[in-house]
Amino acid sequence: MTTPAAQFKTDARRVAPDLRHRDIIQTAMGKYETVRDQRKSGFQDWQAARELAARTKFQAVNHLDQYLAEFARKLEARGTKVHWASTDAQAREIIFSILRQKNARVIVKSKTMTSEEIHLNSAMVKAGYEVVESDLGEFIVQLREEAPYHLVFPSMHLTRGEIKDLFAEKLHDAPSDNPEDLTMVARRVLRKKYLQADVGITGANFAVAETGMVSITENEGNARLTAALPKTMITLIGIEKILPRLADLGLFLPMLAVMGAGQALTCYNTMYGGPRQPGEGDGPEEFHVVLLDNRRSALLADAEQRDTLGCIRCGACLNVCPIFRNVGGHTYATTYGGPIGSVLTPHLRGLAQWKHLSDASSLCGACTETCPIKIDLHHHLLQNRRNGARVKPGWFQKIAFKLYAPIANKPALWSLATKLARVGQIFQKPVIGTAFDPAAAWTKTRDLPPVARQSFREWWRERK
Amino acid sequence: MTITLFIPCFIDLLYPRVGISLVNIFEKLGHQVVVPEGAACCGQPAFNSGYWDEARPTAMKVLAQLKDADAVVIPSGSCGAMVKVFYPELFANTPQAAAAKILAAKTFEFSDFLVNRLGVTDLGAEFPHKVTFHDGCHGLRELNNKRPARALLAKVRGLELVEMATETCCGFGGTFSAKFPAISTAMAEEKCARALATKADYIVSCDSSCLMQIQGLANRQGQPIKTIHLAEILARA
Repeated sequence: MTTPAAQFKTDARRVAPDLRHRDIIQTAMGKYETVRDQRKSGFQDWQAARELAARTKFQAVNHLDQYLAEFARKLEARGTKVHWASTDAQAREIIFSILRQKNARVIVKSKTMTSEEIHLNSAMVKAGYEVVESDLGEFIVQLREEAPYHLVFPSMHLTRGEIKDLFAEKLHDAPSDNPEDLTMVARRVLRKKYLQADVGITGANFAVAETGMVSITENEGNARLTAALPKTMITLIGIEKILPRLADLGLFLPMLAVMGAGQALTCYNTMYGGPRQPGEGDGPEEFHVVLLDNRRSALLADAEQRDTLGCIRCGACLNVCPIFRNVGGHTYATTYGGPIGSVLTPHLRGLAQWKHLSDASSLCGACTETCPIKIDLHHHLLQNRRNGARVKPGWFQKIAFKLYAPIANKPALWSLATKLARVGQIFQKPVIGTAFDPAAAWTKTRDLPPVARQSFREWWRERK
Repeated sequence: MTITLFIPCFIDLLYPRVGISLVNIFEKLGHQVVVPEGAACCGQPAFNSGYWDEARPTAMKVLAQLKDADAVVIPSGSCGAMVKVFYPELFANTPQAAAAKILAAKTFEFSDFLVNRLGVTDLGAEFPHKVTFHDGCHGLRELNNKRPARALLAKVRGLELVEMATETCCGFGGTFSAKFPAISTAMAEEKCARALATKADYIVSCDSSCLMQIQGLANRQGQPIKTIHLAEILARA
C-alpha cells in the first residue's frame, strides 16, 4: 500500500507543474486577496482585532470544560438533545441511532467540514441513506464523488465549463455555463430534496456558551432550509468551536467573513437555540447537537500547540500558502488542507504517518502572518518536524547532520571540503540533472552556482 | 567598533563576494572587522529539518566562537534569524540557554545593523539599474526587517526600485528545495514571473540562498534576470 507520504509526493509532482491548475488557483486567489484587503481596511485596527480574537479563543480553549458544560446546559433547557462523542466512530453511531429512530431515508446536509472529518457521508451512503449536500460547492464535489478541495471553496478548482459538463452528465440539465443558470439547476434539484428530507444535518461556525446557541454563517440560505424544513435537525460541532459570550460574535462573524471570502459579513447569519418552541411557526421538531472530541482534548494537553484549537476554519492560511496554491487541495489527502491541515492532521491521525506535511513547507510564515486568530502555524510545523524526527527519524538525515557539524565548523576540515567540492563539481558536469547526479533533486530544474575559485575564508586568510 | 562577521557556509563557498563586500563596507566606515574561522554553519539545516539534537553541537561551536564578540553581523536574514530567534529556543532548558540569549541579543542581520545600529543609510554607492527587492521570509517575518534594505537602496545613486506585486516565498526553504523539488520549482517560477513583471534588471536581496534558487531557475529557463546581494551593491562606491 502507498503511504500517505509517497502519495503526497506523487500528487505534488503531478499538480505543481500543471500550469492550467496554477492559473485557475492564482486567478481566484488574486481576486480574493483584493477583496480581503478592502474589507480588512474596514476594521479600525486590524492587528488589535486579531489580538482580541486570539485572546478570546485562548480563553475559550483554556476553560473549555466550563464553557462546554454551560453551552450544553442552556441548549438542553430549551429541549435540545446534546450528545457527547469522544471518537469519530461514536459520533457516527450517535447520528445513525437518531436516523434509525426517525426512520429516515433522505438526509439533506449543509456545509460541515467536521462531518468530512468523521467520514459521515460515505458511512451514510453505505448504510443505504440518500444524502444530499445543499451548499452549491459541496453539491458539485458530491456529484463528482470527490472531497472538498478547500475548506471554504469546495469546488474552486473547477471552471464553469467543467461544472456545466458535470450537470449535463449527472443531472441532464445544463442550459449554459452561465453561473446563474447553473445555480438555478442546482436549486431546482435541492428544493425538492429539502421537502423530501427526513433529517437535516448541519455544522456550526460558533457555539456560544453564554446563550447556548449555535451560530451558522452562510451565503446561500441553504443551511436555513436544511435546518428549518426537515422535522429533525442534527448539528455536528467540534468542541473547539466554543465562544464564551454572545457579544464575541460581533468580532468573530465579520472576521470570518472578511478572511474567509472577502465579505464584510456573510449573507445569512442564524442562531439556533433549540427545537421549535410552543407557539413558534417553524423550525425542527427535534434538535440534536453532537459535540465531537476526536483527539481535540489531546491537542488541548499540548502546551506548545494548544492555540491551534482557536482555528475558526476561515481558510485564510490556505489562500496565502504557496504550497497549497501549487499542490492544490486534494494533494493533501486530509480533511483540512493547507497550513492548518498540515499542523492539525498529525494530531488527528498520527504523527508518524502525516509528518511529511510539516516537511512540505518552506516555513515562509505567510500563514501565521495572515491568521486572524494569530495561530503560530509555521512554528508549529517546525515543532512537528522536531517531534517527527524523534518519533520516526530518517537515518540518512540524522547521520548527515551529525557529520556536517564537525566539518563545517572546523577550519581545516572545511578547507578540505571546499577543495573536494571543486573537484566534485568537475565530475558532476557530465551527469548534471540525471539520475547519477547526487544533486539531481536540485539540478533537474535549476542550475547550481559554481564553487568559487577562492572562497571567502581563503581570501580572508590570504589578506591577513 | 570591532565587528565580528559570521559568514555562512554557502556564502563562503559560493558567494564569497558578499563577504568581501561586508569587510570593505565596514572597514570603509572605520570599523575593525574580525572573522572567526571556526563559525561557518549555524546549524539551520539540521534544526529546520527537525534534528535539533544534531543541530546543537554545530550551534554550540558557534556560541563558543562568537562568545567574545561585541556585535555579530550576518549577511543573511535566514542565518540571522537562526541565531537571533531560534538559538534561544534550541538551547532552552540547557546549560547554554543564557549564552544563546546573549548571542541572540548582539547578533544582527547586515542591513538591520547598518541602518538601525550604525545609523548609516548612504554609503556613497552607485548602481545605475532598475531593480526589484526580494524579501527573504526569515528576514521579513522572523526578524521583521523590511525597512532597512529599502532605506539603503533609496540612497544608491542611479538605482530605481520597483516593488513586486506581492511578497511571496521564492520556494528555497533549505532542505525543502531538495525534498520537494517540484513544489519548490513551481514557487520559484511564480517568483520569477513576478520579478519579470517589474521589468527590473536585477533582483536584490539580503539572502544569497533565495537568490541561488531564483538565479538557478532563471538561468535554466533562459530568463533575462540577474540577482545580486544588497551588500555587493552597497560596496560599489
